[in-house]
Amino acid sequence: MGAAKGKKETIKPAIEITDLTVAYHEKPVLWDVDFEAPQDCMLAIVGPNGAGKSTLIKSIMGLVKPAAGRVLVFGKTYRPESRLIGYVPQRGTVDWDFPTNVLDVVLMGRYGHLGWFKRPTDKDRRLALECLDKVGMTDFINRQISQLSGGQQQRVFLARAFIQDAPIYLMDEPFAGVDATTERSIITLLRELQDRGKTIICVHHDLQTLKEYFDHVLLLNVRALALGKVSDVLTQENLKRTYGGRTAFLAGMTEDEEPRG
Amino acid sequence: MSTHQFEILLLASMTAVTCALPGVFLVLRRVALMSDAISHAILLGIVLAFFWTKNLASPLLIVGAAVMGIVTVALTELIIQTRKLKKDAAIGLVFPFLFSIGVILLNRFTGDIHLDADCVLFGEIAFAPFNRLVIDGVDLGPQSLWTTGAILVLNLVFITLFFKELKLATFDPGLAAALGFMPVALNYGLMSLVSITAVASFESVGSILVVALMIAPPAGAYLLTDRLHWMLAISAGLGIISAVGGYLMAYLLDASIAGSMATFAGIVFLFVFVFAPERGLLARFIVRRWTKWNFASDTLAVHLLNSEMAHAEDTERIVSHMNEHMLWDTQYTSEVIAQSIQDGLIRKTGDKLSLTPLGREKAKESISKK
Repeated sequence: MGAAKGKKETIKPAIEITDLTVAYHEKPVLWDVDFEAPQDCMLAIVGPNGAGKSTLIKSIMGLVKPAAGRVLVFGKTYRPESRLIGYVPQRGTVDWDFPTNVLDVVLMGRYGHLGWFKRPTDKDRRLALECLDKVGMTDFINRQISQLSGGQQQRVFLARAFIQDAPIYLMDEPFAGVDATTERSIITLLRELQDRGKTIICVHHDLQTLKEYFDHVLLLNVRALALGKVSDVLTQENLKRTYGGRTAFLAGMTEDEEPRG
Repeated sequence: MSTHQFEILLLASMTAVTCALPGVFLVLRRVALMSDAISHAILLGIVLAFFWTKNLASPLLIVGAAVMGIVTVALTELIIQTRKLKKDAAIGLVFPFLFSIGVILLNRFTGDIHLDADCVLFGEIAFAPFNRLVIDGVDLGPQSLWTTGAILVLNLVFITLFFKELKLATFDPGLAAALGFMPVALNYGLMSLVSITAVASFESVGSILVVALMIAPPAGAYLLTDRLHWMLAISAGLGIISAVGGYLMAYLLDASIAGSMATFAGIVFLFVFVFAPERGLLARFIVRRWTKWNFASDTLAVHLLNSEMAHAEDTERIVSHMNEHMLWDTQYTSEVIAQSIQDGLIRKTGDKLSLTPLGREKAKESISKK
C-alpha cells in the first residue's frame, strides 16, 4: 500500500483545478471550484442545467478566461499546440447543413496535427477511414452530414475525436439524443480508449447509467459539491445538495437509501 | 462589341466573383446582413480617409474603409455582449449611425468634388472605362479593373491559404478554438475582406447592389452542392452569369447596368431555387408527389393482401366499395386503382380487384418493413 501510494504521488493528475472562479459580467458561473481528474479515469461531470458544466470544460482548454484560480493539464498550463486534449463539442453547436461530408468532418480532427496552412494528406485520409471503421460508419464516408441520424452524427464526432489522438478527451454530452444501441456502442468505444490509457471526461445527464458507465464523478452546481469514485459520491445527501429540493426523481439510484415501507 | 463594352463586362464579372467568394462564408455563417452593414458603414471610413489625404485615388481610402468595416463588426459585437439586444437589432443600430455620419460629412464638406451620395449608393460602372491607368504614357486599361483585380487576387489568396481554417471556424467554432485556430481573429480577417471588397466594388456597383452580388450567388450555390470548394466555384460561376446576363439586360432595356446586374442575380437565384436538382422546389414537389402516390398504392396493396390472407368476403375487394373500405373519396380511389393497375401491382377481373404476383411481393415487403 505504501509503495503504491508513493508511486501514485509521482504521477501527475491529468487535470488539476484549484480555486477556479469563472464569471460572466461579475455573475459567477463557476465558484471556487477545486477539481482533480486522475489519469486513465472515466469521469462524469453531473449537475443541473446552468451548473457550469460546459464552462468547466471550456476553462480546462483555456477557452474561457477565469476570474480567479488556475487550471493545470499534466501539471502545466494548457496550450492548444500541445494537443493533449481532444474535444467533442455538443452535437447541437455545429451547423449540420454545412456543405461537407462525413470524411471531411473526421479530417477536421486532424487539423490540430497539421497546423496552419497545411492540407490533409493521403495518410490523414487513411487515418480518418480507420477511425470511421472503428465507429462503424465506413458506408457513409461520402454522405452529406445533414442526411445522418442523430446517432450517426455522434459517431462521426467520435471518429473525429479518435483521430485527434490525445491523452485526454473532453466530451460535452456525447449521449444526448442517441438511441440505446448507439449509446451502447459509444460506451464500448470509450472503454477501449480508457484501456489504452486515455483519460475521459464527459458532461453527462443520465443518473441512471452513471454508475454503470463511469468510475469517477464530479457533482457540480456552480460550486464543486462532491468529487470521487462514483460508488462513494453518489449518495442521496450529495444529490440533494446538487439538485436542490427536486430529488424525488433520484430515488433508487443510490446505494445508501433506507429500504422503504 | 466595342472595347468599352468589353471592359465593362470584364469589370462586372470580376466584381461579381470578388464579391461572391467572401459572400459564401457570410451565407454559411448566417451573417448575410453583415454585408449590408459593412458596405454602408465603410462610407464613413472613405470620407474620413479622404479628409486626411485630399486625394480620391489614394489607396488609403481602402484602408480607411477596411478599418471602418472592422469598427462596425466590433461595435456590433460590443452591443451583443451587453446581452440587452440581439444581433439583428445591434446590426440595425450600428450601420445606419456610421453611414449617416458619413453622409452628413459628405454633403457638408465635400460639395465641390466627385464623391456624391448617388455614386456611393449605385456606383457607375458605365463610366469606369473613362478613368484609365496611364503609366509613362502607356494606357494600361481602366483603373478600376486594376483595383478590382488586385482585390480579387487578395480574396483568392486569403481563401486558398486559410481554406481549411475558415472551413473549421465556420462549421465548428468550438473545435477551431480548442485546436488553437483563433476563430475570432479569422472572423475579423474575413470581415476585413468583406470591407475591402465592398469598397472596391463601390465604384462599379455601389454599396446597395454589392450586397446582392455577395449574397445571391452563394445562396444559389448552397442549393447546388454539398462541398465547400464547389460552393465557392459555383458561386463565382453564378456571379459571372449574373454580371453578363445583367449587362445584356441593361443593354436591351437601356437601363442602369448595376441595377440590372443585381436584378439578374435575383433571377438566377430564383431559377436555382426552383430547378435545383435535389433541393429545388420542383425536385421536392416531384419527390413528395411520388412518395404520396407510392404510399397510396402500397396501402391499397397491403389491404388486398390482408383480405386475401384472411379469406375475407369478396366485398372487401370490389372496386365500387373500395373507397368505403379505405375511407378515401371516390375520385382519389379510382386514381390510385388506375395507377396501381398501370404499375402492374393489381389487376381487375370484372368488378373485383386482386394482387398480381409483383403486387403481392411488394405488399409483403411493405409489411415486413413495418
